[in-house]
Amino acid sequence: MSEFGVNLFTPAGWLPLVFALVMALSILAYVILDGYDLGVGMLLKKADDLSQKDTMIASISPFWDANETWLVLGIGILLVAFPLAHGVILGALYLPVALMLIALTLRGVAFDFRVKAKAQHQPLWDHVFYAGSLLASWSQGFMLGQFITGFREELNSYLFSALIGFCLIAGYRLLGAGWLIMKTEGPLQYKAVKWAQRSLWLTAAGVLAISAATPWVSSRIFDKWFSFPNVLMLLPIPVMTLVLFGVMARSLARLPVRLAQDNQYGTAVPFACTVGVFMLSFYGLAYSIFPWLVIDRITIWQAASAPEALLVIFYGVVVVLPIIIGYTIFAYRVFWGKATKLSY
Amino acid sequence: MELLDPVVLARIQFAANITFHILFPTISIGLGWFLLFFKIRFVATQQSHWMDAYQFWIKIFALTFALGVVSGITMSFQFGTNWPGFMNTVGNVAGPLLAYEVLTAFFLEATMLGIMLFGRGRVSERVHTLATFLVAAGTTASAFWILALNSWMHTPAGYTMINGKAHVTSWMAVIFNPSFPYRLTHMLIASGLTVAFLLAGISAYRWLKNDKARDVMATLRTAVFVAAILIPLQIIVGDLHGLNTLKYEPAKIAAMEGIWDTQAGAPAVLIAIPDAATQSNHYELAIPKLASFYLTHDWHGEIKGIKAFGEQHPPVAPVFFAFRIMVGVGLLMLAVSWFVAWQLHARKNITVLSAKILVAMTFAGWIALVSGWYVTEIGRQPWLVYGVLTTAQAASAVSAKNIAITLLIYLLLYVALLISYISVIFHLAKKAIYKNDLAEQPPQGVQHV
Repeated sequence: MSEFGVNLFTPAGWLPLVFALVMALSILAYVILDGYDLGVGMLLKKADDLSQKDTMIASISPFWDANETWLVLGIGILLVAFPLAHGVILGALYLPVALMLIALTLRGVAFDFRVKAKAQHQPLWDHVFYAGSLLASWSQGFMLGQFITGFREELNSYLFSALIGFCLIAGYRLLGAGWLIMKTEGPLQYKAVKWAQRSLWLTAAGVLAISAATPWVSSRIFDKWFSFPNVLMLLPIPVMTLVLFGVMARSLARLPVRLAQDNQYGTAVPFACTVGVFMLSFYGLAYSIFPWLVIDRITIWQAASAPEALLVIFYGVVVVLPIIIGYTIFAYRVFWGKATKLSY
Repeated sequence: MELLDPVVLARIQFAANITFHILFPTISIGLGWFLLFFKIRFVATQQSHWMDAYQFWIKIFALTFALGVVSGITMSFQFGTNWPGFMNTVGNVAGPLLAYEVLTAFFLEATMLGIMLFGRGRVSERVHTLATFLVAAGTTASAFWILALNSWMHTPAGYTMINGKAHVTSWMAVIFNPSFPYRLTHMLIASGLTVAFLLAGISAYRWLKNDKARDVMATLRTAVFVAAILIPLQIIVGDLHGLNTLKYEPAKIAAMEGIWDTQAGAPAVLIAIPDAATQSNHYELAIPKLASFYLTHDWHGEIKGIKAFGEQHPPVAPVFFAFRIMVGVGLLMLAVSWFVAWQLHARKNITVLSAKILVAMTFAGWIALVSGWYVTEIGRQPWLVYGVLTTAQAASAVSAKNIAITLLIYLLLYVALLISYISVIFHLAKKAIYKNDLAEQPPQGVQHV
C-alpha cells in the first residue's frame, strides 16, 4: 500500500484495514440477513390469505431483531473507526438515510402491532409492514447508487441511484422468495417459486448495471479491472456469478415438478445461489472501491481514528465476535426446518 | 435564536429521538428482570399463574423491545450526522464505549430474544430460562456502557487533550468516572420503578374490570412491593447524585435550585418562575436555609448562584421546572406505593380508589424519567462534554431545511407510535380480561356447529 503512504506493519496501517474488513463483513451480513426478511415483507402483499401471511412472518420473526443489529455494527464501525468518512457519507445521504430509518421503524414495529393491535387494525399494520420493507429496500439501493457514483450531485447520478433502488428491491425479493422456498411447504412454497422466477431477471440486471457503471465512475477503478494480469485474476467473479444465475434458473424451473411430487430435494438451492450472488457482487464492489471510503476522496487510513482507540475495540472484536457468531448459529439451529406457527 | 438555526433544529431533532428512544429501553431493562422473576417463580413453585404473568408481560416486552431497537438504530446514525464535532473531538473515548455496547449487549439481547419469545418447546426449560436471563443481562449491559459514556460527558476523566482531540490515558478512569456510579444506579432504579408502576397500573386496570385471574393480583403485589422498596432507595441515591453534581457541575445545581445569587444559608425554593431577563425569581415560595442544609449539610453553607458562572450556565427555567416535576412524581410514587403496600399487608386486598390511582400512574415512571433526563442534559449546557466541547461546536453542517423536514416526519411518527403503543398495551389487557371471563363461565353444554 506504498502508493497511499501507508506502512502495513504499523498499527496505524493494519488496524484500519482490519476494521474496514469487519465493517464490510457486517454490512454484507446485514444485506443478506435483513435482505431476506425485507424481501419476505415485500412479498407479503402477494400472499393468498391471512394464514399464509402469518406463516411468512413466522419464518422471520425469531431473527429480524438480530439481523438488524448487523446494520448497527456496520454503521457503528463506520462511526467509531472512520469518523471522518461517517460524517461525509451520512451527511451526503441525509435524506435517503432518514427515509430508510423511518421505513425500518415502521417495518420493525409492524411485526408486533399486527398481532397485538385490534383485529380490525391488522390489515393496516400488514400494509405498513409491506410499505416499510419496500421503502427501506429502495432507499438502501439508492444509497448504494450514490455511494458508487461518489455522491455526485447530478441528475444522472440520481437516476442511476433510483434504478439501483429498484434492482435491490428485486434482489431482496429474490432472497426472500428463496428463504420462503426453503422454510415453507404447500401452496405458499409453490407460490414462492413463482415469485423467485419473477425477481430473478431484475436482480441480474441490477448486478450488471452496477458492474458496468462502477469502472466508469473512476479511471482508477477502470484500470484495476481492465489491466493485465488483473483481468485474468478477476474473471472468475463474473463467470461464477453467471453460473450461479444459471443454476438458480434451472432449479426454479425444476422445483414446481418436484414439489408436486412432494419432493423437498433442492429447496435450499435458490436461496444459497442468491446468497452466493450477493457475496460475489459484494466482493467485486469491495475490490473496486478499496481502499477508498469515498471514491477518490477519502481512504480508510485518512478517515481512521487514533490507533490506540482502534486497538481497544480490536480486542473486543477478537474476543466477542466469535461468540456472537456462535450464538447466532445456535439460534438458527433452534429454529431450523420448516417454519411453524409461532406464538408466545 | 433563529427558528431555522441548524444547531437549534439539530438539538430538537436529537432530543426528540433520544426522548422517544429512552422510553423503551427503560421499560425493557426492568421488565426483563421481572420476567426472569416470574419464570423462576414458575419453575420453583410450578404454580401456573406465574407462567400466565410471564406470558402476558412477554408480549409487552416484545413490543417494547422492538420500539427500542428501531429508535436505537436512528440514534446510531444521528450521532454522526447531527454531531460530527462530537466524534471528531472525543471519538477516541466515545467510539470504543459505543462499540462495546453493540458487541456485548445488542447482539446478545436481540439473538436471545428470539429464543425467549419463540423457543419454548424447542429448547429445554433450563435453556429458555437462561435465554430470559441473557436478555435481561444484555439490556443491563447496554445501560452500563451508555451510562459510562453519558457520565463521562458530564464528568470527563482519564484522558488528555492532544491537538484538540481527547486521547484516553486510563480506561478504568474513563468508565468509572466520578458521576458514573450515581448515574448508573439512579437510572437502573428508575427503570425498576417505571416498570413496577406499569405492572401495577395494568394489573389494577384488570382488577377493576373484574379480572379474577390469579396472576393479576400476584403481579400487582410483586410490583407494589418492589416499588415500595425501590422508591426510598431512589431518593437516597438521587440525593447522593445531587451532591456529586454540586461538586462537578455547580451551575446545574444552581439552576435546579433556582438560586441566582451566591449566598450562605441558601433557601430551598419550592416554587417560583425563574426569569432569565431579570436574573431573579417571580412568585417565589421558599424555605430559608434549607438548600444549604441538604446540599452542604450545614445550615450556613455557601451555595454558588447562577450569576457566578457568567455566560457558562444552562437555561434556568427548563432545568428548574423539570427538576420539580421529577421530585413531585417521585414523592407521589412514595406515597402511593407505601399506601397500597400497607393496604395489601393489612387487608390482603386493594380498594377501588387505590386501584384507580394506580391506573392513573401507569406511565408515571416515564414522566419522572424524562424530566430527570432533561434536568441532567439541559443542566450540562452550554457544554456537550463538560469543560471540553460545547454543543454549538459539535453541531453539523447539514442544511436547516433537511433537518426541519425530517424532524417533522419523525415527530409525527413518534406521536403515532406512542399512541399505538399505549393503546395496544391496554388492548392486550382487555384481551386477557375477556379470555379469563370466558374461562370463568360454566360450560353451557356441548354445542354442535
